[in-house]
Parts: sequence; structure tokens; C-alpha cells
Amino acid sequence: MTPDAGPSPAADAAAAARLLAVDPAGLGGAVLRAGPGPARDRWLALLAAALPAGTPMRRLPAGVPDSRLLGGLDVAATLAAGRRVVERGLLAEADGGILLAAMAERLEPGTAARLAAALDDGEVSVQREGVALTLPARIAVVALDEGIAAEEAPPAPLADRLAFALRLDDLPPADLAAWAPPARVDAARARLPRIPPDDRILEALVKSAAMLGIAGIRAPLLALRAARAAAALAGRDRMEEADAALAVRLVLAPRATQLPAEAPTEDPPPPEPPPPEPDQNQAQDQTPPDPGPDQQQMQEMLLAAARAALPSGLLATLDLREQARRAAGASGKAGARRQAARHGRPIGTRAALPRSGQKIALVETLRAAAPWQAIRRRERPIGPRLRVLREDIRIRRFKERIGTTAVFVVDASGSSALNRLAEAKGAVEMLLAECYIRRDQVAVVAFRNRGAEVLLPPTSSLVRAKRSLAGLPGGGATPLAAGLDAAAALAREASRRGRTPLLVLLTDGRANIARDGTPGRPKAEADGLDAAAALRMLGIPALVVDTAPRPQPYARKLAEAMAGRYLPLPATDAARLSAAVAGVRDAA
Amino acid sequence: MDIALDDRAAAALTGATPPRRAARAGGRPPFPFAAIVGQDEMKLALLIAAVDPSVGGVLVFGDRGTGKSTTVRALAAMLPTMKAVAGCRFNCDPAQAAQLCDACRADPRRVVQTVPVPVVDLPLGATEDRVAGALDIERALAEGVKAFEPGLLARAHRGFLYIDEANLLEDHLVDLLLDVAASGENVVEREGISIRHPARFVLIGSGNPEEGELRPQLLDRFGLSVEVRTPTDLPTRIEVVKRRDAYERNPARFARAWEAANRDLRTRILAARKRLPKTVVPDATLEAAAKLCIALRTDGLRGELTLVRAARALAALDGDAQVTVAHLKRVAPPALRHRLRRDPLDEAVSTTRVERAVAEVFGP
Repeated sequence: MTPDAGPSPAADAAAAARLLAVDPAGLGGAVLRAGPGPARDRWLALLAAALPAGTPMRRLPAGVPDSRLLGGLDVAATLAAGRRVVERGLLAEADGGILLAAMAERLEPGTAARLAAALDDGEVSVQREGVALTLPARIAVVALDEGIAAEEAPPAPLADRLAFALRLDDLPPADLAAWAPPARVDAARARLPRIPPDDRILEALVKSAAMLGIAGIRAPLLALRAARAAAALAGRDRMEEADAALAVRLVLAPRATQLPAEAPTEDPPPPEPPPPEPDQNQAQDQTPPDPGPDQQQMQEMLLAAARAALPSGLLATLDLREQARRAAGASGKAGARRQAARHGRPIGTRAALPRSGQKIALVETLRAAAPWQAIRRRERPIGPRLRVLREDIRIRRFKERIGTTAVFVVDASGSSALNRLAEAKGAVEMLLAECYIRRDQVAVVAFRNRGAEVLLPPTSSLVRAKRSLAGLPGGGATPLAAGLDAAAALAREASRRGRTPLLVLLTDGRANIARDGTPGRPKAEADGLDAAAALRMLGIPALVVDTAPRPQPYARKLAEAMAGRYLPLPATDAARLSAAVAGVRDAA
Repeated sequence: MDIALDDRAAAALTGATPPRRAARAGGRPPFPFAAIVGQDEMKLALLIAAVDPSVGGVLVFGDRGTGKSTTVRALAAMLPTMKAVAGCRFNCDPAQAAQLCDACRADPRRVVQTVPVPVVDLPLGATEDRVAGALDIERALAEGVKAFEPGLLARAHRGFLYIDEANLLEDHLVDLLLDVAASGENVVEREGISIRHPARFVLIGSGNPEEGELRPQLLDRFGLSVEVRTPTDLPTRIEVVKRRDAYERNPARFARAWEAANRDLRTRILAARKRLPKTVVPDATLEAAAKLCIALRTDGLRGELTLVRAARALAALDGDAQVTVAHLKRVAPPALRHRLRRDPLDEAVSTTRVERAVAEVFGP
């Protein structure tokens, strides 16, 4: 951290709470990366103290059902009353206030998308169970991110819409203790709409975002709103540079994917580190419209603010985090497919008596019973108001098997790389295309040198699968057992979620690193066969594609050990490979 | 804390759901279509669909925060109005006697009124009964009457049905939508209700490829597929933020400032619709379209048909009497890129392939 870093991160974090209180719906909220503890509690207390009296604050439990999140028919009340009673959801209840999303790193993509829609529209549209209504939901979401590993992060579509990202665990406790309970922000709120637009600040913020390698328009827009809220909070009637600087530190710096150059010249500098995505760094190739000297000065000041807010080494972390997030996809990973596993694919309802474990579709049952109420009441005048007979009962139908997760295990070691890593990649890409058509999920594990790496957790995004493969380097030793163990772990995880795992191993089978990481062929091969046998015990259907230039016994032995099919790549064309995978898949 | 609204309040709220999203978020007008910066391919695709709905739906795929939803929702305030039978729950078209619903057919003294073209959101979490329509629980419970409560498909008739995050939609709903979009008719057979009503709409789906793929079956059903990207040049980005900020500060004033531009678009659509039946597709153009599709080996005839229809709508929008290769060139990427024998891994590759084929077949 440079000596002229300006306000401390702790002071900025406190400022974020106050800004959010000024304009919750405009700023969207914050990602609070912190374990449960005093830091988080204190920040939330700050926010609560700043918010005008009576502002709703609701907790969003992990795995919240639609009926609670969006609202819908209140079945119990409807039955009791004999008429339709509508229940408001959390989004509508939190209108004008804050929704606290607990364990946001495990938020399901569907839930995140619903929150995102409410953030975009300021209202929640309910079209469920006979209820059709639109209710205001001008909310801010505070995503409580308790993730530990880099890839555990709130779903990107949600995080993208929340202005602030704060890492409270890194703040020194002494600074936290200095947080004073703020005054309420009613006056600032009244001032907010009167703060006029300022093209100079707007342009500087957009430029700063571009120079920090931030794709997308949302970040500069959120920064602009933050600057406006800061001006209102400071009691000013126009935005000043200090407001813009605060906005840059709080909104733009956490999203940076590249460092701005030290001294910006007339033209923006050439890119420094190659950013992960080509379309992300196009922004910096552009020449900004000729800035006046004043503008130039402010730009420099803002970039200095951004640099100060980026402690050394943070960029690498951010970059990794972004990559990991992309790899983990929209989902908070663990939460993503859990629901699917619990329920399978809903395919409507049918009339039947529920056996154990089946779910009654209450609304559908009600609907089935409703037309007969008058007749039934006539037949037996005494009894409950609502008569539901067994033939009315509807149960939910789910499709049991919800799909296959194909785990690709790619040997990227030196021997394979020399031989045909490129061809193996080609084969995997072709197989991925097959998976796409069948809507399988895919995961990619690569092993080389000392260990195995999950390049891609199970996902249905093939764009990501392809990207992860393209970046796969080759070379090094062959830790076969580690690769198979990692694949087995993924496969077990997939079956736990109700999916059918399927393993495609591309290797020449020449292991030379044992499980414990020691080199040496005999032990490594024994370990490899051992891991293969473990896969067989799990009953995971497998296909071994031999990437050796000439078919050799190693890979074949491996295939036998895992009771899988064996296919030598040299003799394989695209059609045979795809037929083989289809065969294995059908056997699953 | 659960707040149960009583039934009158609920009914009031239900009834208050406007058929068109003219007013969102506290009664503010939508962002004006004409004020959207860039995203030309997407805007063109939507205009084409507005001129000729038979082009068959628009799929919008692209990065986060590129204004996909904003653009679609801006449609409602920009589109020309239409005539409908007053009081009809299905927005029946009085000019199409053959397609009237049963109620309109039975009523000889139909009153005609002018209504906005519906642009209906299919929100996430929507259940099948609200999409297709179902027995009205309220009336069934209270009066013992089997009444049909129309769903979103009925509301979207003759307009647009928008699915944001189409890749997150549950499969059984997707199947239902595809079925209805293909047949133009919604058939409900449940709870002793048997009803069919016209449901012709332009399906608009949007999504982000990073969040998961669309089913290929779904992909094929869209007439046009457009890619949206974040603008990368600084002046455009500044302009986007500027307009957005101006809109947020005073939505009504911003909408008024752009109303003239929106009106111009509306006039253009109306003129194009009028011109469309008279727009000639010469044999040479048909041949060129066929050549392009053969060069790209697109599956089936749907691609070719869409290509020609989209080109004709474009010619009509441009005020041209004849469809030329120049029109084909402009609509070839959105009409064909999702129909190539797939390399599903890379959409950019599909676009490049279309462009390359266009250059090869039509010359530079």
C-alpha cells in the first residue's frame, strides 16, 4: 500500500454502508466477503443504523423456494378461507429496504437470476399457482459471502449488479473499532435527486473502468450512482472529485482485471498483463476523446485512487478469482444442481395417491377439488368447508434421471503431449459437441507433473469447457492415479446429485508418478490400476481412449481394470469415437 | 412474516396487472427504444420481427449488462398499436374472422378498440398453470363454476413473449412454449377444462452463454439469433452511461425527449408492413439464398425460408421494392448462424463461417 493511499479500507467500508443507505435500490447492494463474526455484524449494524427508521431488512435463507421468494398462493389460508389468499414473497416484503442473502456463495443460479430480475426492474412479477401480480420490490441485496476458496463466490449475474464488494476479514480490528454509528441518511436521500449530472465525472468514471479492464456498462453506471450518493451524503449539491475517487475505490477497484499504467499519457497505455478474455481488453485499445488538461488531471487522480485501493498482489488474486468464478459458472457451485438432484426434472402433475417420498401438488389438488365443492356440500351438508376426496389428489411428477455428467480425464503429461495432446483435445471437443446435443454436463480433469487439476467443474456451458481445454499446457510427468482419483471424486459428487456419471479417459497409460507423488514406473502403474479398480467398484461406465502412437498394452490394461471400453485413438475416426461414447452412455 | 392479502386486494392487484408494461417500477415509462446506443443487429432483428412476425422469434445471446432486457422491454412503447375486439381475453383480431375465439365468434356485435401490442414477460419461477392458463380457482371455490383463467400465452397473442435467461427456464415450460409457438394455438386440457385459443406470438429469448447452453431444439425454433456484446469504444460507452443516467434521473422527461424518434420508428414499421406484400423477391435473389444455404450446409429448409423472409422485411423497412443480395448479406448472420451443423463450442466461429460463406458466394 502506498503511503498516500488516502482513507483506510476500513473507512471506505464504513462509507459503503452509508452510501448504500442513501441509495439502496440504485446501488443494488454489496457483496460482503467475510466469515460470520464481529466484523460482519458491525458492518451490518452500521448499515441498519444509517437506514431511515422502519426500513425493512429481510434474511434470504439459502435454498429459498419460489413460494417464499416470489410469493404465490397461501395454500393454508386459501383452504381455511375457501377463497384465494395471496402470500407476498421476500422480494416484495423487502421493498424499499435490504435483502440479506446468507451463504451467498451457495446461492443457486435460479435464485440469483430472480434476485437479478428484481434488481433490474424494481419489482417482482409473480406468475405462479393461479396468482398473477406485480409488486414493487425496490431492494438492495447484501450478499453474505462466506466462501473460503477462490472459486466459492456469489453467482456472477448477481455480483455484477451489486455496487460494492468488501472484504471485511482483511480489515484491522482496531480500524473496525473506530467505526462510529452514523447519522441517518434522510437528509442525503432528499438531496440525492437534486444533484445534477456532471459529464466530466461521468466520462472520467467510464474511462477509469475501461483502463482497469472492466467489461460491461454496469460498473461505471454503479460508480456514477455511488459518486452521486457520496455527494449527497457529504451535504454537497454537486459531485466533486473526492466523490468520484470514493466511487472508484469502492466500485471499480474490486472489479479490476488489470492495473492501470502509472502515468497515463495522451493515449492509454498498451495492455500490461494479457487479460483472460480477448473481448475484455479491447476497451483499452481505444483512444479516448481528446481530454482537456483538467479532465486529464482528474483521470490521473482517479486512477491513482484505484491503484491505491489495489494492494500489491491483489490483482493476481482477483484475476484468479475471476477465472475461478468463470469456471464455477453462475452457480455457487455446490448449490447449483442440488435442487435438481432432490427433485429431478419436474414434468407436471398427475392424479394419484402419494406414496412415501412423493410430493402432493397442493394447488393442483385444490384446483381439481374446486369445481365439485358445491355438489359435495349439497350431498353432505355437514363437514369441513372444503372437501377434498382422494380422486382430487395430484402428485408432482419428476423425471428421475436428470442427465449424465461426462467427466473427461485428459493426460497432459510429456509423453502424451509429445504424442497427441492436440488430437486428444480435438477428440474431446468433438465429444463435447455430442454432449451438447444430449444436454449432458461435462467436467474436465487434467493431470500432469505432480498432480491432477479440475479444469472445469461440471457445467453445461461448453464455451467454458472449450476455453479450459484450449488453455491446457502439456508436458511433465504422468500422475495417472491422481488423475483417476480426482475423476472419481467428481463422479461420486455427480451421482450424489442424482446425475449419472460417465468417464472418458484419454491417456497412453504410461504412469510414472505414484499416488504419493514419488516418481517411478512400477509403483505409479500399480497405483493407476488401483485407482482404476476403485472406479470399477463405483460402477462408473468408462471409455479409455489410447493416445499412444501405436496401441500398447498399458491403456488397454487400464480399461480392463475399470471394466471400461478401450479405443485406440490412431485407429479412431470421429464417428467411431462418438459411437463409442454413445455406447458407454447408453450402458449407463 | 407473511402478509396475506385478502381476496379483494388480491383481485385488485391481479386485475391491475397491465396488459402492457408501459409503466414499470413505480409507473415510470420504459427506456425508449430509439435511445438505445449501438446493438444494431439486435434492434434490426426486433424491427424485422415487428414487420413480419412469421420470421419466427428472436434469440438474443450475449454478455451481462449489455441491455438485452432493456431493449426488448423498450419495444412495447415503440410498436404501433393494433385493433382488437373490445373485452376479448385473447386480444382477438377483428380482421381475421377465421381466427376468432369462441366468445368473439358468438358475439355478432363486436366492438373494436385500439390496444397496444402486448410485450409479455415470462418471469422466472412462472408455473405451467399461469403460462398456459388453468381453472380459475377463485371462481371454482366460491361459485363452483368451471371458468378458464387465461395465462400468459393468451396475453401474448399477437404480440411478443419475452423470456429473459431462457437457459434457466424449466424444460417442460420450454416444451410447452415451443409447441404453442409452432402451432399458433394453445390447447388446455386439464381439470375438466377443455379449451383452445389462438396464441400467435413472437418468442424472444435472451441469455448469457456463460450461464449454460440452450437446448439445440430450442435454438432451432428461433428465426433469428443475434449476439450482443459490450461496446468497446470509449465514446459509445460514455454515451450509453450518459443516456442511462439521464433516463434514471427523470424517466418521463427522457421518454418525452425520445418520443419523436420512437414515432419515426413506428412510422417506418407501419410503412414496411404495408410495403411487405408488394416487396418482390426476384428469382436471382432466391437462388443466391439457396446457394448460401447450400454452401453452409444448413439443415432443412427453415434457414432458407427465414433468410428470405428476413431479407424481405429488411427491404420493406428500407423502402426498397426488390429484395437484393445486399439485403441477404445483412440478415444472413442472424438468420443462419444458429443453424449451422454445429460447432456448439464457439458461436463466434459460426458467425465467421457465415461471413466467410457470404463473401464466397456473393463476392466481397
